[in-house]
Amino acid sequence: VRSADGAGPGDGAVARAVEAVYRRESRRVLATLIRLLGDFDLAEEAVHEAFRAAVEQWPREGVPGNPRAWLVSAGRFKAIDGIRRRARFDEAAEALAHHLESEAALAAAEPAKATSEDRSTAEGESPEAGLEDDRLRLIFTCCHPALAPDARIALTLREVCGLTTEEIARAFLTEASTVAQRIVRAKQKIKEARIPYEVPAPGQRAERLDAVLRVLYLVFNEGYSASSGDAVARQDLSGEAVRLGRLLVELLPDPEAQGLLALMLLHESRRAARTSVSGELVLLERQDRTRWDRSLIREGSALVETALKSRRFGPYTLQAAISAVHAEAATAEATDWPQIAGLYDVLLRADPNPIVELNRAVAVAMRDGAEAGLRLVDSLLAQGDLADYHLAHSARADLLRRLGRKEEAGDAYRKALALTRQEPEKRFLEKRLSDLDPTP
Amino acid sequence: MKYLCLAYGDEKKYQALSKAEIDAFGIACKGHDEELHQGGHLALIASLSPSRSSTVIRPRNGKTELFDGPYAETKEQVGGFFIIEARDLNEAIQVASKHPGARVGENIGCAVEIRPIEFFEVGEGLGK
Repeated sequence: VRSADGAGPGDGAVARAVEAVYRRESRRVLATLIRLLGDFDLAEEAVHEAFRAAVEQWPREGVPGNPRAWLVSAGRFKAIDGIRRRARFDEAAEALAHHLESEAALAAAEPAKATSEDRSTAEGESPEAGLEDDRLRLIFTCCHPALAPDARIALTLREVCGLTTEEIARAFLTEASTVAQRIVRAKQKIKEARIPYEVPAPGQRAERLDAVLRVLYLVFNEGYSASSGDAVARQDLSGEAVRLGRLLVELLPDPEAQGLLALMLLHESRRAARTSVSGELVLLERQDRTRWDRSLIREGSALVETALKSRRFGPYTLQAAISAVHAEAATAEATDWPQIAGLYDVLLRADPNPIVELNRAVAVAMRDGAEAGLRLVDSLLAQGDLADYHLAHSARADLLRRLGRKEEAGDAYRKALALTRQEPEKRFLEKRLSDLDPTP
Repeated sequence: MKYLCLAYGDEKKYQALSKAEIDAFGIACKGHDEELHQGGHLALIASLSPSRSSTVIRPRNGKTELFDGPYAETKEQVGGFFIIEARDLNEAIQVASKHPGARVGENIGCAVEIRPIEFFEVGEGLGK
């Protein structure tokens, strides 16, 4: 890139190049180094060291043709150097250094120089395909069922998405020190329980993938739900979940992963229309559909179709299919309610739970009338599971309102109001309540 | 981000150690200290004279008055501090964990406290 002597105009360019490589490659490099070094902390240190070496060497030697392979190799050898240093006062480190060194020597046996550019293509142990596997390994490890659910989310966002501890804390409205401890404990657990760094075997794949999808969906919803807090940080969270969903679909084209990505994209397509200028929540039926993002809808609908065709889909795909039916309707009145109610029937069989039942009741009310819907909601509430769920009471209130039973509707809205914690929803319910009984 | 790391210890317990124990402690610290200095995170590091050498200045009845320190009369006192540059709190924890105070000296109340720095400026007084 430039000559070795002194600072030149090329310095800034190389610094920018290193930065760009960091954004593009640091997570990939980390994923591979965790495999090669067998330890999260060692690998993170090695990533730091590798980029430090890049900042120092690239201005002199030029940006290597395959920066990723260069960084992996540099990180690996820096880590071994570090362990060697430590070995002088830590006996256990000596054995580890020896082990890692012989592995590295084995990998380097075929190609020539460790830091040469052709190493990546010659390195039999980790060709490009192998590197992609490392990212999958990292995702599956961060979402391992042995880790606490909160820890899975924090670890995935930090290690796979590259968010900082502070960014995660802001998005989840917690203290950075709390998130940091979750991450430290999760890494300890991975080490102590010897959680293997691997893509699960086909036999366990469905169950483990389900845990991964759950993390993605939680992250997405955290960013999508209109609650208080740093709105921008939360929106970014949805963006991260979508990015992660795309990565997962690219690495592992599983129907349910496609279904979840579709679901997230279809929800995301309505973001602009679901809150008013003053920040009020706008119900699906009242949204300005011209503000829906058509390209996200196209992408989401296409994914739903692919997933449905596979015949191996599950709840996420079905929810996405329902969302796609809504997306296809030009107006709320034009919604194909029989199809939606039918999809809820299938969803209820795939994933029997009271919230799906509630949504199905609302769809039935649209198809067969408010009376039929109310019967379903009442029997659901009588079962008790949804007694404290504000949306069950607001759905019931809505049906009562449509049936002209104003007094009962008012009671139900008030019940819903007492149960919700989200400000925009509170304002929405208050508005409904005041509309119910306009003072003469 | 920059983080201030405060290294605590019980001065009385340290002073009560025998010469051999102090030497052993010093040797145990040496490697960890080197580790901390490697890695390019350390911005500055300092160790302090005992807390009885402290002077505290505070406003009293509208005037500035002097008091013998330390500010807080606790068993464990700050014996040193360092400032590190890290990507986030978890990286800061990883780096600060290499300080001897986080690894050895359990018997003399050693601990390292990490505080995120919100504003940082190097004044002219810190000349070369």
